[in-house]
Amino acid sequence: MYQSDTICAIATSLNSSGIGIIRVSGEESLTIVDSIFRGKNKLVDCDTHTIQYGHIYDDNELIDEVLIMIMRAPRSYTTEDTIEIDCHGGILVLKKVLSLLVKAGARIAEPGEFTKRAFLNGRIDLSEAESIMDLISSNSELAMKNSVKQLSGSLKKIIDGLRDSIIYETAYIESGLDDPEHYDLTGYPEELSIKVKELISSVDGLLDSFNSGHILKEGINTLILGKPNAGKSSLLNTLSRRERAIVTDIPGTTRDTLEEQITINGVSLNIIDTAGIRETEDIVEKIGVDKALDCIDDADLILFVIDSSRPIDEADEFIMDKIFDKKVIILLNKSDLDTVISEEDICKKYNKPVISFSSVSLDGLKTLESTITDMFFSGQVKTDDTLYITNSRQAACLSNAKNSLLNVLTSIDNMMPEDFFSIDLMDAYNFLGEITGETIEDDLANKIFSEFCMGK
Amino acid sequence: MSHVEESYDVVVIGAGHAGCEAALASARMGLNTICFTVSMDSVALMPCNPNIGGSSKGHLVRELDALGGQMGINIDHTFIQSKMLNSSKGPAVHSLRAQADKSAYSLRMRKTMQETENLTLRQAEVTELIVEDNKVCGVKILSGATYHSKAVIICTGTYLKARCLYGDVIEHCGPNGLKAANHLSDSLLANNVELNRFKTGTPARIDGNSIDYSKMEIQLGDDPVIPFSFSTKREDVQIEQVPCYLTYTNEKTHEIIRANLDRSPMYSGVIEGTGPRYCPSIEDKVVRFADKNRHQLFVEPEGLNTNEMYIGGMSSSMPEDVQYAMYRTVPGLENCKFVRNAYAIEYDCIKATQLKASLEFKDIDGLFAAGQFNGSSGYEEAAAQGIVAGINAALKVQGREPMILDRSNSYIGVLIDDLVTKETKEPYRMMTSRAEYRLLLRQDNADLRLSKIGYEVGLLSKERYDHVVEKERLINEEVARVKEINVGARKEVQALLESYGSIPLSNGIKLVDLIRRPELDYDKLAPIDPERPDLSDEVREEVNIYIKYEGYLTRQEKQVKQFKKLESKVLPQNINYEEIPSLRIEARQKLSKLRPANIGQASRISGVSPADISVLLVYLETFKG
Repeated sequence: MYQSDTICAIATSLNSSGIGIIRVSGEESLTIVDSIFRGKNKLVDCDTHTIQYGHIYDDNELIDEVLIMIMRAPRSYTTEDTIEIDCHGGILVLKKVLSLLVKAGARIAEPGEFTKRAFLNGRIDLSEAESIMDLISSNSELAMKNSVKQLSGSLKKIIDGLRDSIIYETAYIESGLDDPEHYDLTGYPEELSIKVKELISSVDGLLDSFNSGHILKEGINTLILGKPNAGKSSLLNTLSRRERAIVTDIPGTTRDTLEEQITINGVSLNIIDTAGIRETEDIVEKIGVDKALDCIDDADLILFVIDSSRPIDEADEFIMDKIFDKKVIILLNKSDLDTVISEEDICKKYNKPVISFSSVSLDGLKTLESTITDMFFSGQVKTDDTLYITNSRQAACLSNAKNSLLNVLTSIDNMMPEDFFSIDLMDAYNFLGEITGETIEDDLANKIFSEFCMGK
Repeated sequence: MSHVEESYDVVVIGAGHAGCEAALASARMGLNTICFTVSMDSVALMPCNPNIGGSSKGHLVRELDALGGQMGINIDHTFIQSKMLNSSKGPAVHSLRAQADKSAYSLRMRKTMQETENLTLRQAEVTELIVEDNKVCGVKILSGATYHSKAVIICTGTYLKARCLYGDVIEHCGPNGLKAANHLSDSLLANNVELNRFKTGTPARIDGNSIDYSKMEIQLGDDPVIPFSFSTKREDVQIEQVPCYLTYTNEKTHEIIRANLDRSPMYSGVIEGTGPRYCPSIEDKVVRFADKNRHQLFVEPEGLNTNEMYIGGMSSSMPEDVQYAMYRTVPGLENCKFVRNAYAIEYDCIKATQLKASLEFKDIDGLFAAGQFNGSSGYEEAAAQGIVAGINAALKVQGREPMILDRSNSYIGVLIDDLVTKETKEPYRMMTSRAEYRLLLRQDNADLRLSKIGYEVGLLSKERYDHVVEKERLINEEVARVKEINVGARKEVQALLESYGSIPLSNGIKLVDLIRRPELDYDKLAPIDPERPDLSDEVREEVNIYIKYEGYLTRQEKQVKQFKKLESKVLPQNINYEEIPSLRIEARQKLSKLRPANIGQASRISGVSPADISVLLVYLETFKG
C-alpha cells in the first residue's frame, strides 16, 4: 500500500484559473490514464517526455479537453512512471477527472506522498530526510484533524452504522465457515443481497451529499456581514434559494451564525451568515456579534451588506474598519427601495467592488455571482486546499466502498460460494473506516466471538 | 555429588503435538535430538477433543504435511471417522476433520518418534534452562542431570504450573491428572521471560453404555474419505467409520446452570487465567448468549478401545454434582455415567511478542518456543508451530538462515505472525477469517505452496518433492491447454448444457467461459473436450479451481505482491525508535517494545499508523546511508 501502488492528486493550487494539473505516479499510471483518455495514440505506446492531445471520457460522456505529459520511469520526479494531465474545465472538472482515476484503480495520494516517493527512490538528497519525515507526520496530522473537523457527528454515526451492519454480516458468514455445524448459511445469500442493496443505497445517499457538498465544509469561506437588519439573512436565502435564516424586520434576529453550502458556476461557497454587528447591551446578541467578528479571520471572502435606504452610519464604519484588508464585495441592499447612497460614492470611499442589490427584485444577483466566480478564477480569493483533498479522499473511499458492495452483489448473482462475499464486505468495511479514521484492528474476530456462540 | 551429563544438538521440552513435530523435524534434519516428556504414556496426547483438523485447522495440518511433518500421516493411520467440512462452499474454506482413536494416535506417534534416527525420547521433568550471555546452552532436569545443547525448544503446552479446577476442587496437576511442570516457570522468569496465565477447559467423558443414542441424531463420515497427508494413497483410507451423534441442551439445562453460577470458580473469581471466547464453557454460553434456548452438543467416540464418549459443547468447571445434574437434562444423557468429569485448566504461557517469526526468542539466542506455551490453543496450531521451531532450531545449529513462513504463503505464517506481532490476550485459535489471502491458501494446494520450502530445508523427501513438481507442471499445462479451446454450438454441446440446466450456446464460446458458469465445472465438461488428457483427481481439482476463480485469485495475487514489498524491507534490530521524533509517541513505544523484523510487520502492530510507516520508510533510507 505505502510503496508502489499508483497514486494521483491535483498538483496545482485549486484557485488559479480554470487550468489545473493532475499528477499520477506509479507502475500503472499509463494503463490507468489510458482507460479514461482518448487521443490519437494509446499512452502506453507513446514515448517518454512527449505531450499528447486528447479528451477525458467517463464512459461515453466527454469530460474535458486535455494535454497529457508522459514521463516514464526513471526520468520523473518520483522516478516512477508519471503522467501529468492538464485540464481546462475548472474545479469541477478536476474533481471529476480525479474521481475517474480513482475509479480506474489509482489511489488519492497521502499528504507528502509524491515527495516521499521521490525520496525513497533516491531522487532527493538524504540530508532532507528529516524535513520529509516532519512533513509527512505534520501533514497527516493536519489531514486527520481536517477530516475529523469536517465530519459532522451525524455523518460519523451513519458511517459507523453502515460499518456495524457490514461487519455483522461478515461475522455471520465467518461463523458459518469456522463452525459450519453451528451456523447454517442455507438461504443466506438471498437475505444478504437485500441487505447489501440497502447498504448501497445508503452509500449512494452519502455520495450525493458529498458531491453536492452539503456535508463537508468545502469551498470558499464566505462571510456575510452588516449591521442589524441590513438584509444579510435575505441575502443568504436568496443565494441558497431556500428559507433557512429567520427573516424578519426586527433588527438583531440572527443571533448566532448560520452556514450554508452553495455552488455558483462550479465554485463552492461555504456561506456563513452572522448576527448584525452593532454595539449592544443584550448579552445574547453580544455573543452573536463577537462570533461574527471572530469569523472575519477565517473568511476567504466577505459580503458586506449595506442598507442603501439609509445613510452610512457608525455601525457600517465600524465593520469596514475590521475588514479593510480582506477580500470584500460591498452590496448596496434594498435597491428596490428609495436609495440614499450611490455606488460611486461607496466605491470611492472604500476602494472595493460595489454592487447594487435587492433580495426582493433579485436585481444584481447575476452580477454578484459573476463577480464571485471571477475573483475565484483570477486567484483573488483562495480556499484551503487540504480541506478539499481530504474531501476527495473521503468521497473516493465512499465510491470504493460502493464498488466493493456491488462486487458482493455480483458474487451473489453469480452464485459464488459465501466465503467470497466476506472478502468484498471487509473491503467495504475498511474503506468506510478510512473515512472516519478508524485503524484496522481485530474487529472481525472480536465480532465473531461477541455475537456468535462458537466452539466446543 | 555427581550427575549425569550429556550433550545433544537440540533439546525439546515436551512431547505433545508441538514437541513431537519439533523433535521429529530436528532429528530428521540430521541433528542429535532429545525430547523430554513428563510421561512416556502421554506422547502426542489429546486431552481435549478427539479430532484433528476442522475449519482452518485442517489447513494447518495439510501445510505441516507439505513441509514434511507427521500429524497428517499419523491421523491418516488412526482416524475412525472423517469429513470434509464446508464442501458446499468455496474451495478456500474446505477443511478436513477426522475423529481420532486417541490412544492409537498417541501410540503411533510414540512409535514413530522412537523409530526415528537421531531422536531420543526421555521421561523427565525439565526444571531449569541454562543460559549464558543471553545464549541457551542446555537444560537441567529434576534429578539434577544436565543436558548440554546448542538449541532448546520449549513446548510445555498446558503443563507449566498447571492446576485443574471444578467447583471448589483444585488439583495441582496437568491435563488428565498428569504431573504438572512446576519449576520451569521460575527459570523463565529468572531469564526475564514475560509470562501470561491462560485458561481453557474440557467437557466430561461419558460411559457410552449409559447413553441412549436413539434420542440423538446420528452423524456419519464422508464416503469416500480424503486423506490428510499428500503422501497417503486415497485407497488406503477407505475404512469402516464410526458414527458421532448430535444432541442439544435445553432450558432445563440452562436453569440448572444459572441457579449454580455462584459455585463456578469462573464466576466466583477463583480462576485467574484468561479463557478463550471461541471455546466458552457451557456456563459462559448460557450467560453470554442468554437468548439462545439451546446449544448443540456433539457426542464423539474417544477411540475404538474405550467406551468413553466426548461431549463436545459442554465444557465446564462447575462442581461435580452440578455437572451430573446438567448433563442429565440432555436428551440421551438422562441416565449417563461419568468416566471423567469436566474441568478447567490454568497454566503459564509466554507473551509471544518476545519471539521472532522463526519462533526463537529475541533476547535469548538459541531458545525456541512452540505450541500452547506461546499462547495458542489447539493441537493443530501447536503442531504447526512445533515443526517451524524444530526446523529453525536445526537450521540455527547448522548455521543456516531461518525459515520464515509469511501471511502470503500459509496459515502457519498467519498464525505465527499474529502470535508474535499482536498482543494476544486469550488462547489464539486459527480461523479462516484471519488469513487475508485465504483464496490462495487452500488446503488443496498446500503442497504446491510449501513443498519446495520443506525440501530445501531438508525435511521433505526428494521423492515427494519431485511428485509436487510434476503435479504443478501438469496443472499449468492443462490450464494453458483449456484456455485455448473454443466450443461451437454443436448438438452434443447443447445437450450437455441442457442436462445441467445451463443456457445453450448461440455462438461459439471459450471452454474456460463454460467452466466458469456456476452450474458447470471442469469435470462436467469432459464429454465435449475430446483432447483432454487423463489426469489425477488432485490435478483436475486444481485446474478447475484455477479457472473458475481466476479473477479472484489474480486479485489476491496482486495484493500479495504489494504485501511482499513491505515484508522485504528489513528493519535493523538496533534502530533506536526513541530517536525518531516524527513518529508518534505511541508508535515509538510499541516499536521499541516489539522490535518488528520488517516494515510489513511494523504496519500490523496496533498503534502504528500509516503515517508512522511512511516516516519509518524515510528513516530507513538514511539508516542505510
